[in-house]
Amino acid sequence: MTEPAMSVDPDVDLHAPEQRRELRPSPWPVLASISAGGVLGSLARYGLSEALPHPAGGFAWATFAVNVSGCLLIGVLMVLVNQVWSRRRLVRPFLGVGVLGGYTTFSTYVVDAQRAVVAGAPETALLYLAATLAAALLAVWAGTAVTSAAVGRWRARPAGGEAGGR
Amino acid sequence: MTVLMVVLGAAVGAPLRYLVDRFVQTRHESAFPWGTLAVNIGGSALLGFLAGLPASPTVMAALGTGFCGALTTYSTFSYETLRLVQDGARFYAVANLAASLTGGLGAAYVGLVVATAVTG
Repeated sequence: MTEPAMSVDPDVDLHAPEQRRELRPSPWPVLASISAGGVLGSLARYGLSEALPHPAGGFAWATFAVNVSGCLLIGVLMVLVNQVWSRRRLVRPFLGVGVLGGYTTFSTYVVDAQRAVVAGAPETALLYLAATLAAALLAVWAGTAVTSAAVGRWRARPAGGEAGGR
Repeated sequence: MTVLMVVLGAAVGAPLRYLVDRFVQTRHESAFPWGTLAVNIGGSALLGFLAGLPASPTVMAALGTGFCGALTTYSTFSYETLRLVQDGARFYAVANLAASLTGGLGAAYVGLVVATAVTG
């Protein structure tokens, strides 16, 4: 069996020829898709941070939830992009680079931790840093594993059945 | 108003991450995700600086929540780390975790120190 080639960098991987030339002839479809997706993802993150505020020195649950759920979804998405939607050229820029890239954040993650340290709660900062990292890695792994298994089962469904799918 | 600021910042930050990542990838052949590391460290430095000023709520919404939030990414970082492990590049995976964490925290701290120096 052959494993379909999967890119390492979900934002852009210049080892993949179709991604190397995706800004030609015009860069605007890809850049506009990323920008629009980034706005939607960022608004979702902003909404959650407003709904779940944390006190200075507290555990930043909103950012934690955003980053872990975004990692689960990028795992799901990249399997679908690589194995199911490989010919749809704006799906990865819009959903992966844009929505999920805009939704998750690394800068808020480190500054949340820094603020907890400044507020005199270094143990909360350390716990937050470690818990996010562990949960995010577990989530991205789970997202890819479950989606790969589902795609595999869908592909291996008995022939002669309904030739469904969209 | 705040929502509009987030929209404006994110509309620029997300495509800038893509363009920086592309630019960095044209400079090297390594499997190590230098592009993502670069945007995450750069965004952390800027957000540390903004938090240290501290910036006004409007500026924070545009540059902090919108721009830095969309420029930096956790999903790309964790997906790349998983892929490096699955490709057998364990050293790169661990190095990526260590460099992102120490680099991001260090950059945010430098941003904070610079902001404190600027504001006196």
